[in-house]
Amino acid sequence: MYDAVLAETVTMRGDSGDEIEAYLARPMRPGPSGGVVVIHHMPGYDEGTKEITRTFAVHGYNAIMPNLYHRDAPGASPDDAAAAARAKGGVPDARLVADVAGAAAHLRGLSSANGKVGVIGYCSGGRQAVLAAVSLPLEAAVDCYGAFVVGAPPEGMPLKAGPIKHLIKELSCPLLGLFGAEDSHPSPQQVAELEEELKAQGKTYEFHSYEGAGHAFFAVNRPSYRPDAALDGWQRIFTWFGRYLSS
Amino acid sequence: MCTYLTEKVSVRGSGKGACGWFGVTEASVYFDHPVHAQAGHTLNIDFLNPTAGPSARVAVELTAESARALAKAIQATLDCVPPGLLE
Repeated sequence: MYDAVLAETVTMRGDSGDEIEAYLARPMRPGPSGGVVVIHHMPGYDEGTKEITRTFAVHGYNAIMPNLYHRDAPGASPDDAAAAARAKGGVPDARLVADVAGAAAHLRGLSSANGKVGVIGYCSGGRQAVLAAVSLPLEAAVDCYGAFVVGAPPEGMPLKAGPIKHLIKELSCPLLGLFGAEDSHPSPQQVAELEEELKAQGKTYEFHSYEGAGHAFFAVNRPSYRPDAALDGWQRIFTWFGRYLSS
Repeated sequence: MCTYLTEKVSVRGSGKGACGWFGVTEASVYFDHPVHAQAGHTLNIDFLNPTAGPSARVAVELTAESARALAKAIQATLDCVPPGLLE
């Protein structure tokens, strides 16, 4: 089977029509292909998340990762940009939603698109994936250990992000949640609380919590990496997107 | 989790970054995910000159234990400076 992929830096329109940098990876096949918006973690638009984006392309999806910190530090290296963004308290929610909307539009505009777009995010991006899914018309969402979907940040934390449990009723698509049973943000109790809300609102969801795993178990270049959880998680992700993003 | 807890302090001195030496005017101290250090969370210090852009940054990521040792060493060193040398 022809398996070439193309991965490159592109420019896309985000919040307020701003042109921002993004990393686009797509299979070199005519399609039709589903699309995935990848939301990077707090350390930014980095090599690890680019690899994740390419992995979706290898599996047949058009995938795009917007550089959410582009405006904070245009042209800077990803770690410098992440430092600049965190000094400002992170990405404002409204800007995030509009950037994901722009990324989804970019994917839907590709000639190989089948029109279906999902979103996935890791760490801070996990909450942002849920935020996007309650704010935008999407076909599937994956939350990888996002903190503060339920539960407020501790007092004094200058994070521009609050809990979004009250918005779950607006969830536009099925949600897959992948968590570490030893994580404290989100804690197993918070994951259970989110699950209760999804159930109460009659939403389609599937949650998996991995024993022996904490936060960031997908991150292959960190000591938090847990291969068993990550391998099973990847399988769950492809099953989920296969179910909801296929033509 | 991403803590975003940050202490900012005005500083006066210089740092050597990717493009050579520059004057540092600000330091951010925070405990959060590192970019490079092999730990879940680290004590991170960014020495910055915001007027020179985000790349004017000297970054360190230290385990909590080594950060405490560093803070102690800085204090001890300053305590030993003979009077008159401190501006």
